[in-house]
Order: sequence, then C-alpha cells, then structure tokens
Amino acid sequence: MPAIELEHVGKDFVVRRAAGRFRRRTDVVHAVSDLSFSVEPGSLVGYIGPNGAGKSTTVKMLTGILVPSRGRISVAGLVPTRQRTKLAGRIGVMFGQRVQLWWDLPLIESFELLRHIYRIPSQIYERNLSAFRQLLDLDKFLWTPVRQLSLGQRIRGELTAAMLHDPEILFLDEPTIGLDVIARQRVREVLLSANRERGMTVLLTSHDLTDIERLCSRILIIDRGRLIFDGDVDTLKARYGKERVLVVDLEEPGPALQLDGARVIRVEGPRQWIAFDGERLSAAQLTAAAAAQAPLRDLTVQEPEIEDVVRRIYQERL
Amino acid sequence: MDEVRNLLALYRRLIEARLRAQLQYRTSFALEISGTVLISFIDFVAILVIFANVQQLAQWTLPEVALLYAISGLAFAFTDLVIGHLDDFPGLIRDGNFDLLLIRPRGTLFQLLTADFQVRRLGKVLGALAVLAYALANLSIDWDLGRVAMLVVIVPVGVVIFASIWVTTICIAFWSVGAREASNAFTYGGQFLSQFPINVYDQWLRRFLAYIFPIAFVAYFPALFILGKPDPIGLPDWLRFASPLVAVAAAIVASAVWRFGVRHYQSAGG
Repeated sequence: MPAIELEHVGKDFVVRRAAGRFRRRTDVVHAVSDLSFSVEPGSLVGYIGPNGAGKSTTVKMLTGILVPSRGRISVAGLVPTRQRTKLAGRIGVMFGQRVQLWWDLPLIESFELLRHIYRIPSQIYERNLSAFRQLLDLDKFLWTPVRQLSLGQRIRGELTAAMLHDPEILFLDEPTIGLDVIARQRVREVLLSANRERGMTVLLTSHDLTDIERLCSRILIIDRGRLIFDGDVDTLKARYGKERVLVVDLEEPGPALQLDGARVIRVEGPRQWIAFDGERLSAAQLTAAAAAQAPLRDLTVQEPEIEDVVRRIYQERL
Repeated sequence: MDEVRNLLALYRRLIEARLRAQLQYRTSFALEISGTVLISFIDFVAILVIFANVQQLAQWTLPEVALLYAISGLAFAFTDLVIGHLDDFPGLIRDGNFDLLLIRPRGTLFQLLTADFQVRRLGKVLGALAVLAYALANLSIDWDLGRVAMLVVIVPVGVVIFASIWVTTICIAFWSVGAREASNAFTYGGQFLSQFPINVYDQWLRRFLAYIFPIAFVAYFPALFILGKPDPIGLPDWLRFASPLVAVAAAIVASAVWRFGVRHYQSAGG
C-alpha cells in the first residue's frame, strides 16, 4: 500500500472581491486543479514549484487541514479530513514559517506537553528525545523559553517536536527557510538518518535546490495546480538543468560577444551573461573563446538554480 | 471514562504550563488582577445608581437584582477565566495558525478551549462573589435543599450556556474577518442583558432572550425559583428548571456549528 496516494485531487477557493461600490464579484481560484500521484513507504520526495503553484495547499490537504474540493486522498491508509485525529498521530508535520512550540515555555516543556498530546509511551519518548538532543545538539537551549531562541535553534526544536512520536510519514513545508548553511546541513542530516534508519517516508517542499538535490530520490514539480514533472534528480538535471551561465567582465564595455554554441542573454556595461549547454561545452572552452574576442577582467560560472530549472520547464510546456 | 480522565489530565498539564508562563510577568499579572476587580464593580455601580432613584425595578428590589447580577456575573467570570482567550480566535484563523491545531491528534475544540487560562480574570470572580454576599445578606430566602442545589448548579450551567454562545458566535471567523466584534456583541452584550430582570425589556427582546438566545436561563429563571417569586410576565413555572437542558442544547448547537466551521476553514498563506 502506498504511503500517500492522490487521485484526481482538486481544491478551489472562493474569493470575493469588490466590484463597484457595493457589488462584490465572486471568483473561483483553482489552487490545485487535477493532481494524481502516489508515494511508496520509505521514499524521500521533494515537492517543488513556484510561489502559488499549489504546494502548500497540497500539503494541507494531505495533513487533513484542508478539505479537498474533489478527488480521493489516502495517507497511511486513512482519509485525512475524515480521520484527522487518527492520522495526526501517525504523521509528523513541520511548517518552517509557523511556530508549533509554546512561545512562553522552555523548549523541554513543549516536548513534555506534546508527549501527552500524542500519548507517546515513555520508553519511546525517552529514546527519541535523547537521540534528538544529541543529533541536533539541543542541550544548550533545552531550558530556554522558545521566544528567546534563535531561528536556527527554534527550527531544531520544531523538527524534534514533529518527530518525537515516531511518525510514519513526515511532511515538511519549507523546513530550512531562513537558516544558515550549517543549520541547513544539520537539518538535512537528521532527515536523511530518519529516512534511512527508521524508514520514515518524507515529503518536503523547499525553494532550496541543494535541499532537494542532497535529500530527495524523487522530485515532483507542480505548476498552476498540476503535476508537470515526476522523476529523479538526474533526469531533472539532464532534461532541464543543462544550461549554465558564464558571467564575464570585459576590460571595456562592448557589443554582445558572438560565440559558437552559446548565446549572450544579458549585457550591462562591461558585464555580459552568456548561457551555454554544460554537456556540449565546458566552461574552460567557452572562456577561451570569449577571451579571444575581447580581453577579460573577471569571470564566474552560475550553476542552474531551482528557479531556473523550474522556469525552463514552464517554457518548454508553453 | 478513560478517555475523559485522559483529557482532564491533559487539560491540567496544559493549564499548569500556561500558569507558569503567565507568572513570568509578575507585575503585569498583579496589575491586571486588580484592574478586573475594579471593572467588575463598575456595572454594579450602574445598578446602584438606578436604585438610588427608584424603589423597585419592574417589581424587583435592589437585593433581588443583586442576586441576578451575582449569578450572571459568576457564570460569566468563570467562562471568561476558562475560555476568554476565544476572543483571539479570529486572529488564529486570519494568520492560518489554526493549521497547528489540525495537525495534532486531539479534537480542535478541545485544543482551542484549553489553549489558555487567564488567571488575571479571577478578579471578575471576586467582584461577583462580593455582590452575591451583599444579596444573600439582604434577602430573606427560605433556604431548602432545592434552593441550595439550584444555587450550586446554576453557575456551572450558566458557564456552559455562555461558553456555547461564545463558541457559536466566534465561528463567524471561519467566514468573515469581523468576527470578534460580532461575537462580543453576543457574549459581553448577552452578559450585560442577563444582569437585569428580563421583564424590564420590551416583549420582542424578552422572547428573544427566553427562546432563541437563551441567556434568560443563566440567571433570570433560576433566580425566580430561588426567590420564590411569581414571574412578573407570567411565563410557565417549569422554565425555572429548564436551564440544564437549555445548556445541553446550546452545547450541542455550538459543537455542530463548530464542526461545520472547521470544514470550511480555508487556511492562509497559499
């Protein structure tokens, strides 16, 4: 049985806005139009798409927060909104932009309360808490009120809170947003170990391609409420992320360079942006070709970022 | 039974945690308690002003109205103590933080009602108790078992009625942003109306308070029974004992409206 299964799921929002002085117009927004996919237990899936694509709406339907307008959803074999409390005990949810912990209480007290809310048996609670204390280095701020924690410390606390009850499936909405590189890395390690050692199914949304790249064996891309890509990282990169960008600073401002197998996508004074296919041409070859046309002062290579990859996918679709 | 015991134990834990958090700010805590004691007397001063000018108010004497005031005041003060934080619920809906209640394996209404406990509103309880002492000292009630039982039962029953009204009306937040003001009109407004004998009101308002928006059952009918007073507007006597049933009905309506609202929750932030 799949851990997560969606069949032709849609969600509409009714938006009322002013039209004229007294009249109001009612618009229906299809946040998710027609979504079908399934996730096998033990997978680590990245769920990406631009702002407003319907990522959060999907996560909210899967966790029982929103009632779908149509279609069928099954998570851990349960119907999320109808069996919400039962499901809630078997999944873990973390929203990077919401505070789940008790703001005025020391971190450890939030964990204690969650232990009783989730009815976690003491053995499991003790085992998990000591594991996370070590893994996420919580001891320094375990007795500090949550409102006094730094963002990185709080996120570590939130992550622990979402996993204390041994969830089968973990949903993470932007878990690393606003974190520095080290904190990000630590979050990734915890997710990887939960997935490998406990077989936890993880579905995460993120704007950070490195998160997705390091963690996810499978990527789902959604745009305007529809699934537009389903595959692994290599397929994604091979298909859409081949384009790298060489940024060169010329000694003197000049016209756009003419280069074989590459094109200048932007010129700003002496600086030019040259897009090229990373499989056909190396950065070194292209640099040599550019230097032959005009003396260079400086250069950098930009790797494709998630936004670019996603943008290219939309272009291909159009 | 186990489930109820489990919920009560959890409630105790949540409240203890809230108290520890509130006690971190001791000065503000002390100021707020003394503030609410004062406020709870101001309404009663308005009643004293009326009786400084008239002997009776629609056939009720001052100590009789004081009894009404005290019953309604106690019920509302306890309601406010336990669930006064429902006033902040529209904000929870607006920011989408209601999401966090939906991802936990407990009922949403339970989580909302137990989310806070505002001890500083204890001041209102003290105020109402003082008025009750005044009323009992100045009334010659023929105390028997039934009357004592009524006085004991009526406060928790009133709490259920007020709490049901609060939950029902705050559900407006699932559809509209002005929910707090609308709800306050019914909760604080309802409490204000219940401090006076309903026969001072016009007939349509009386009927509304007795049959639709049932705050006449918080203090008016039970007080008639305790005082052994004929109803000045001649409503049937059995209404004096109907308050517990009305409370149960109100609670059923509130939980149905709540469940309907939750299904219409739209969250926030995409």
